[in-house]
Amino acid sequence: MISMEELKRSFKASVWFMFLTFPILVIKVNPIEKTVIWRWENMAFVGIGVFMLSILIRAFYIHRERLRSLTISKKRFGYIGDEPLVQFILREPKYLYPLAAATLLFALLFPSLFDTYQTNVMTTALMYVVLGLGLNIVVGVAGLLDLGYVAFYAVGAYSYALLNLHFDLGFWAILPMGALLAAMFGIVLGFPVLRLRGDYLAIVTLGFGEIIRLVLENWSEFSQGPSGISNIPRPGFFGMEMDLNSAIVYMYYLVVGLVIITIFVVNRLQDSRLGRAWIALREDEIACQAMGIDKTKTKLTAFALGATWAGIVGVIFAAKTTFINPASFTFLESAIILSIVVLGGMGSILGVIIGALILILLPEYLRALSEYRMLAFGAILVLMMVFRPQGIIANVRRSYQFKKSAKEGDA
Amino acid sequence: MAKQILNVTDLSMHFGGIRAVDQVDLDINEGEIVALIGPNGAGKTTFFNCLTGIYNPTQGDIKLYQEGKKEARLNGLKPNQVTEKGMARTFQNIRLFQKMTVLENVMIGRHCRTTSFIAGAIFRTRHNRREEREIIERSYSILEKVGLEKHVNDLASNLSYGAQRRLEIARALATDPFLLLLDEPAAGMNPQETKELDDLITKIRDDGLAILLIEHDMKLVMSISDRIFVMDYGKKIAQGTPQEIGDNPDVIKAYLGEAADA
Repeated sequence: MISMEELKRSFKASVWFMFLTFPILVIKVNPIEKTVIWRWENMAFVGIGVFMLSILIRAFYIHRERLRSLTISKKRFGYIGDEPLVQFILREPKYLYPLAAATLLFALLFPSLFDTYQTNVMTTALMYVVLGLGLNIVVGVAGLLDLGYVAFYAVGAYSYALLNLHFDLGFWAILPMGALLAAMFGIVLGFPVLRLRGDYLAIVTLGFGEIIRLVLENWSEFSQGPSGISNIPRPGFFGMEMDLNSAIVYMYYLVVGLVIITIFVVNRLQDSRLGRAWIALREDEIACQAMGIDKTKTKLTAFALGATWAGIVGVIFAAKTTFINPASFTFLESAIILSIVVLGGMGSILGVIIGALILILLPEYLRALSEYRMLAFGAILVLMMVFRPQGIIANVRRSYQFKKSAKEGDA
Repeated sequence: MAKQILNVTDLSMHFGGIRAVDQVDLDINEGEIVALIGPNGAGKTTFFNCLTGIYNPTQGDIKLYQEGKKEARLNGLKPNQVTEKGMARTFQNIRLFQKMTVLENVMIGRHCRTTSFIAGAIFRTRHNRREEREIIERSYSILEKVGLEKHVNDLASNLSYGAQRRLEIARALATDPFLLLLDEPAAGMNPQETKELDDLITKIRDDGLAILLIEHDMKLVMSISDRIFVMDYGKKIAQGTPQEIGDNPDVIKAYLGEAADA
């Protein structure tokens, strides 16, 4: 139960908030009519609101301890409770496979359950899932803070738009080309930043992202400048003509397919010789080199493979919106993709997926709050980072089982 | 006369006007434990960093001789290339991959002896799977050798201090070296842990590796080294067997008049 002491603290917090919000919420000065309106009711709202919230948080902390001991006592399903429930489910194929299958089924049925608007929004969210997983290779796994990731996204989008405009190439022909071009740009960015880490790397990559955007904006002969490129064809399906609705649904399935491929590939990459080298590079660069890992090669592959996904999504983005201009590739995009990775949990695939869905879908569904939408969104981000700084789902290292026989097998 | 495997001649490393290492010669023979000692700031670690490619020495030659291979000049090679040539090291201030498991730390050491790359990671051919299995089994057997097999799946950061030191050695061993450089392996260890380390180093030597170690623990140095080199102010001031070094007046002077076997 909440003690008197806790009540007192909550009361103090509410007094503080009343004091702090006094100038903006209570006094209202109208300089034209020269009147001052005292809105005391606002003060009461703030006071009661903060008090209740504070009590709730305290109660949550008290109950959390009790909940924890409760889960330990529940030894059903073979769940012991010394690890987070999510990790347990991920580890146990018995629960993971049905859950994954159910998610997949839901994803496949999504267009028939919801209208095209929802499908369109979901397509966008899934595109960000792929972007997040791509950046996760660079930031989450290899630990290279990249603030210019959107540049590769732009490379992909513009390679489709321009190659289609000038050479009349189709979506499927350009998809691998866009990926390859983005990977090449990844290497181009990688070379000058090989020696950099942390903040310095962040600044250079930020500059790189801006350079790409400014080139696209100002080199009009090449990219048609700020007016952008329009009438980009949607992807074809064996030459079938599609109306807008079926095109949206087709696009959705395309992206679902891409997400599945991405998860598969990224998962295998992380759990490989190369993936371990990336993590080692993140943990300690000098030790990593001293253990025989070629830093140059490892870093460049991280940049190139991360950029590849951005390139692919870029091509899809151009095909989906049928119009692109440099304004779609601002720093804000990079920041959002980075937030997806950090919020979801660096290096954790499931975390990044959930992070992307939350960050992209939340503003859509918060539209009900109209003008407070972004405020609520910001508040949710802040709260999430305060309570879960390691991300929604923290990355857990794979563990290996050794039987006694393994010992005799090797010398 | 045993075969020479490392020969350093006239090695110098200058940082601006400071001569951190000044014309030092050193050689190591097959299967030998050689210690490099000296007061703090004598340039021992700088010397190590020159050998392992972290610094590019200002002058001098570092040559590595391996059975059945051409002599290799190590000057100017990158650290990973030096490791590939068969010389692995540990660090004075522990540099493990903290957020990786103990086994994964050792698996990293196998990196330069294996070849799977992007395609291998994605498609997992039979060759890649076999290689991966070999990495795991080899790493596990190395962990058994250093006595860390109970902690295979623990995070490296959760190990005790002594265990972290041993894990560093295990990680270096995983690169298949024929010469192992240990930078103050016993620093901060209690007598029991030092004793275990002594046994481990001897065991590694008996497996046919040569060892060069920097160490301050004189008891350890005197008991396990075959030869000792002493540095002070960047210069080599003495070399010889533990007995000779213990009686050398220059060495005693460098250690502020204390007998080296104190």
